[in-house]
Amino acid sequence: MRKLDHTTIFFVFMGSFLVLFILIPIANLMVSSNLNSIISNLQNSAVLGAIWVSVYSALIATILAVIFGVPLAYILARHDFAGKGFIESIIDVPIVIPHTVSGIALLLVFTSSGILGAPFNNLGITFVNALPGVVICMLFVSSSFVVNSAREGFENVDPRMEKVARTLGSGSMRTFFVISLPLSLRSIVVGSIMCWARAISEFGSIVILAYYPLAAPTIIYQQFENFSLSGATSISVILISLCLALFVVVRLLIRGWGVYDTD
Amino acid sequence: MIRIENISRDWKEFKLMNINLEVEDDEYFVILGPSGSGKTMLLELIAGIWYPDSGKIYMNDKEVTLLPPEQRGVGFVYQNYMLFPHKNVFENIAFGLSIRKRKKEEIKTEVEGIMDLFGISHLANRMPRTLSGGEQQRTALARALIIYPKLLLMDEPLSALDRITREELIIEMKGINKKFDTTIIHVTHNFDEALALADRIAILRHGEISQVGDTTEIFRHPKDKFVADFVGVENIIAGTAREGGEKLTVINTGNILIYSVEQKEGNVHMTVRPEDITLSMEKVTTSARNVFKGQVKEIIDQGALIKLNIDVGEPLVVFLTRQSFLDMELNIGKMVWTYFKATAVHLF
Repeated sequence: MRKLDHTTIFFVFMGSFLVLFILIPIANLMVSSNLNSIISNLQNSAVLGAIWVSVYSALIATILAVIFGVPLAYILARHDFAGKGFIESIIDVPIVIPHTVSGIALLLVFTSSGILGAPFNNLGITFVNALPGVVICMLFVSSSFVVNSAREGFENVDPRMEKVARTLGSGSMRTFFVISLPLSLRSIVVGSIMCWARAISEFGSIVILAYYPLAAPTIIYQQFENFSLSGATSISVILISLCLALFVVVRLLIRGWGVYDTD
Repeated sequence: MIRIENISRDWKEFKLMNINLEVEDDEYFVILGPSGSGKTMLLELIAGIWYPDSGKIYMNDKEVTLLPPEQRGVGFVYQNYMLFPHKNVFENIAFGLSIRKRKKEEIKTEVEGIMDLFGISHLANRMPRTLSGGEQQRTALARALIIYPKLLLMDEPLSALDRITREELIIEMKGINKKFDTTIIHVTHNFDEALALADRIAILRHGEISQVGDTTEIFRHPKDKFVADFVGVENIIAGTAREGGEKLTVINTGNILIYSVEQKEGNVHMTVRPEDITLSMEKVTTSARNVFKGQVKEIIDQGALIKLNIDVGEPLVVFLTRQSFLDMELNIGKMVWTYFKATAVHLF
C-alpha cells in the first residue's frame, strides 16, 4: 500500500467538496421522487411529448452543428489569418452570456419580420413558438462544443500526414475524408455528445423564443410554477435518467475507439 | 529530371533565397544543411505542398511550379514517418494504389512484393504504433515507392533512428534510386549519411545554396569555412597568401609558412585533410613540400583510429591507425615530424 503524504490527503479533502456538491442534489432528487408519480408521468402524453421535443430538437441542432461546425473547426485548426481571434471569440460568446439574453437576441432577429425570420417566413418556416425556434435556441447555445472539440481533434492530426497523402495522389477533399476526419472522429463525437446534452438541457432562451411546443425543461418549470413540486421532480428524474443513460451508452461505445497514439 | 530556377520563399522564420538546382535522372542527390536552413521547406516546395513567392520548378522540362502535389508523382518520406495511424502496415503501403483505384488482387501482389523487398512481410497486419522506428521507416519507404514516383523526397529520413538501424537502412537505401528508377532528393544535417548515399551534394545555409558538387569535391574542396566546418573538415588555418614561385602559393599563418599549388592571394583559409599528413620520428626525405617538426599535445582514442593533435606552430590534427600508433611509441610531449604535399593543401 502506497503511503499518502499530507499534501495528497489535503487535496483529496478539498477536491471531494465539488464532487459531493454535485452528487448529493442529483442523488437526492433520484431517491426523493415518487415511483407512482414517475409511472403516471410516463403515461402522460404531454410529458412524453415535451421530452420528445427536447431530445428530437437537440438531435437536429447537433446535426446542424456538426455540418457547419466541422468545416469551421478544420479551418481554425489549419489556417492562420487576420481576424481568427475574433472568430474564435464569436464561437465562445454563447457560453458566457446569460441564456435569457440569447433568447432575447434570437427573438429580435427570428420573429416573422426579423432580418433572419422574414426570409424563412417566406419559405413557410416560423420560429416563434414553433419547433424550429427550439432548434435554433439549442444550436445557438451549444454549437461551440462541436467546434472546439473538433478543432482540438484536427489539431492533433499532424498536417504532414495530410501532405504525405496528397503526394500519394489523394486530392485535398479526399485527404480530409480518408485521413483527417477518421483521425479526429473521436473528438467530433465527444463534442457532439456534449453539444446534444447541452441542447437537451437548454431552457433560458427556449422559454423566451419558443415557450411552445413545450420542451422538457419548460414543462418542468411549468409544473413547478403550478405548485406541483412532486410533478416537477418526477419529470426531472425521467429526463435526467434518459440523459445519463444515453451519455453512458455513447461513452461506452467510443471507449478505446479511435485512440491510435497510445497502447 | 528536375530543375529549380531562382526559387524564393519567405515564410515565418524560414527563408529560401534564389535557389537554383538541377538534379539528373535517377540521381541520388543530398541536400546538406543545419536545422533551420530551410531544407524542409525546399522539399515541400518541390512536392507542391507550398508554392514559391517567385521562381520556377520544372520536372522533365515541364513546368510544375503551381501543380498540386497529387498531380506531381512525387513520393515523400518524413523524419517521423507519418504513417497513417488508423491503417495497418498493408493498408498504409496500399494507400497510393487504392487511391488510383487499382484492382484488389493487383494491389495485394504489389504490396506483398514490396513488403518482401523491405523485409516487412511479417508486419502486414500490425498497426503503426506497435512498430519500431526502423520498421516504421521501411513501411514509409515502401508506401512512397509503391507508386513508382519519378522523384522521391526524403526529409531527414534516418535522423530519428538509432545508429545500428541507421546503418542497416543506409545499406538498404543505397541504389534504391536505380532499383525503382527514381530520382532521390534526400535532406539531412548528417554528413556521414551524405557521404554514404549521395551521388552529388548541395550545401544549404540560411536559405541559400553555398556549394554543389560530388562528394569528393565537397569533402576535399569546401568552398568556404562554413562548408568546411559543417562537413567536419579538420585543420582549418587562417593566413595570408602570396605568390611563392614555382607555381606555388605560400601561406603565412603568422607562425609557419605552408605551400599550396592552388593560386590565391590575400587573406585565405587553408585546409589539409588529416589523412594526407604523414608522420615520422626522424626526419626523412620525401617529395612533400610542407615539413614541420612538432610536439604531440593530445592523443584521442577513436577506436580504429587514433587522433593526434600536434603543435607545429599551428595545431594540426593527424589520424593514425592503432598499429602505427603503437609502432611509433608515441605519447604526449614527444617530438615528431609531419609531412604533407603542396597538392594536399586546399585554399578558400
